[in-house]
Amino acid sequence: MWWMIWPNNVALSVVVWILIAIPLLYAARRPMHSLIRSITRAANGGLRLGARWLHRTAEELRARNKVVLLAHGREETAQTIDREFERVSTIVQRDLQGYPSLQRKLTDEITRIEEDYKKCGEVPPAPPEWTKAVAVIAKMTSSGDGLVEKILQDIADSLEKIYDRVISEYRKSYQGRHKILAGFQPFWRSLNQTMNRVNKNLANLHESATKIDAEMARYEQINKRTDQAEQALTSSAATQFFIALAVLVVAFGGAFVNFWLIARPMSAMVGGGQYIAGGLEASHVAALVIILLEATAGLFLIESLQITHLFPRINNMPDKRRSLVMWSALVILFILAGVEVALAIMRDQIISADLELKRGLGSVEAVTVVQLGWIGKIPVAGQMVLGFILPFALAFVAIPLEYFVYASRTVMGVGLVLSLRALGFALRLVGNVIHNFGNVLVRIYDVIIFIPLLGERLIDSIRGGKTSGREKRGGVASFPGHDAMRKTGG
Amino acid sequence: MVKHLGKLAAFLALGAVLSGCADQQSYARAVYMLVDTSGTYAKELEKAHHVINYLLGTLNPGDSFAVARVKSRSFSEKDILAKVTFAKDPLQANAQKRAFRDQLNKLTHELKGSAYTDITGGVIQAAQFLNETGAGKKTILIFSDMQEELDTKTIRDIPINLTGIRFVAVNVTKLNTDNIDPRRYIGRLDWWEKRVRTAGASDWKVVNDLEHLDRMFGR
Repeated sequence: MWWMIWPNNVALSVVVWILIAIPLLYAARRPMHSLIRSITRAANGGLRLGARWLHRTAEELRARNKVVLLAHGREETAQTIDREFERVSTIVQRDLQGYPSLQRKLTDEITRIEEDYKKCGEVPPAPPEWTKAVAVIAKMTSSGDGLVEKILQDIADSLEKIYDRVISEYRKSYQGRHKILAGFQPFWRSLNQTMNRVNKNLANLHESATKIDAEMARYEQINKRTDQAEQALTSSAATQFFIALAVLVVAFGGAFVNFWLIARPMSAMVGGGQYIAGGLEASHVAALVIILLEATAGLFLIESLQITHLFPRINNMPDKRRSLVMWSALVILFILAGVEVALAIMRDQIISADLELKRGLGSVEAVTVVQLGWIGKIPVAGQMVLGFILPFALAFVAIPLEYFVYASRTVMGVGLVLSLRALGFALRLVGNVIHNFGNVLVRIYDVIIFIPLLGERLIDSIRGGKTSGREKRGGVASFPGHDAMRKTGG
Repeated sequence: MVKHLGKLAAFLALGAVLSGCADQQSYARAVYMLVDTSGTYAKELEKAHHVINYLLGTLNPGDSFAVARVKSRSFSEKDILAKVTFAKDPLQANAQKRAFRDQLNKLTHELKGSAYTDITGGVIQAAQFLNETGAGKKTILIFSDMQEELDTKTIRDIPINLTGIRFVAVNVTKLNTDNIDPRRYIGRLDWWEKRVRTAGASDWKVVNDLEHLDRMFGR
């Protein structure tokens, strides 16, 4: 080996090299210390700078995210408040618009009830004045005079007649009152129903008012840009994100089933064994295009119905033109659904032909084919129904898609901020590690040349007071902890 | 009006670009099956039917398939018993498969055994056919004991070109002499492998288990 001064004697060569190197290393000690510290300081400084930049960027991004989030939250809350006001307006227009007539009806009914009540309270007329005279005569004692007795008997008969008539009148009067009271019942019922309706409307109004209050409080929080509002919106966005994602995955499953339903019969339309760029079979691409077209038509349908707001231009269209877009999308969806039904029939035919061929190829023996009748038609009917329904079901993907798009902006923003912060922390950590590693290297360097350093200390102790001056020039004591090392013999 | 025409032109341009995306590379398969009809191997024809049926069930619309016999001199188009390129329409392709099967059933019953076995001639003919199809995946299936026997006048000691063609030997039966000394069988297969690989074949495979014919295509 080139470095071996004494060939075949490694130990001696190493010792000689050490003896040569130690004085050189001792001589270069101060510049080497400076070099190590400069390198580590430069690296640490760069990394700290990077970390600071990342933290600042994360803060800026967070602020921007907050602005977007609050703006979106404000918009949503405003929409909710609008909707609640619309609901209140509908209740007021529908139910309370007729309140004057309702009140009039109530007043009429109450007046009628009062009148009837008064009628019930009318007492029959008092007995005529002559009854008092009759009462005096009645007190007369019988004197045994036949004439008087006859007169008294006549009076008694007359009184009985009068009594019967009066009783009859009383009975009639009470019957009349009972009839009036019986006539109250429908009015009471009507009153009760009217009051219930009014009560229900007022309860609905109260509920809407409570909702509006809550939304208004939320709106105020958002306007004040409070952290609480930001956290609530972020949490809500994260929940929406995962829910929308789950629904999209389910929809993707539906689209996948749809794809395999139409991919095979598509080969009859576009030709089997045809390939498009990248080795993709033309029939598969065509099936995919059909599904994407269905999804797009569904997206426009839902958008033109103003259920989603992914395309502001469609939402801002005049109603007539928007209606045109809606009908166009619906017609396209119907046509595509019809195509899928046709493809389902074609698929059944292809599979049947394939099975028949394979049956023929499989064995020479005749295979008994079981005639299933109408039951055998169930799979093709199922495929047809699926083929017709799936395009329309796919249209509703627009709703979770909208949520996903809006929520992913927030979730990804939060994720990016966290990543930047984590990266900043990592850079700071690495910078600190490098800084400390530099200190360790300086100490290792001193350990390697500990013999000349011991000599130096010996000379310094002999010289006495001159030692402190040397230390000030950047010697051994310039590193923290070095004194302790020297004291322990390190 | 001009605006609408502009939109239409843009759609047409997009259509033209998309049509230009058609892949020039062929993904179709072409299979050429050589069936040995010489000597004792002629008894294995029933098994050959099994393989042909499997292939008919496996090949897709757009693929090509040919069945030829190996006899005393096989380098001739006349030895192709049946050939077909399946239509792109799956229903039509099914009808073609049925017709192909019927045609082969009829022809194989009329086949007579040959005195010699010219495998090389059949392979050269197969390579020519496969290259003409322009298929992306080309396979020669040889249903034989791989024992070549030529008459004195036939010259087959010539270089052959099988570049890009897979070579699959199916149902390579053992001869009586192989039973006495298995090295003859192994040596015969090694000799053929070396020969086809030297000729540029992309793969060499022996499939003797007819229950697992899917191994022919590496699955």
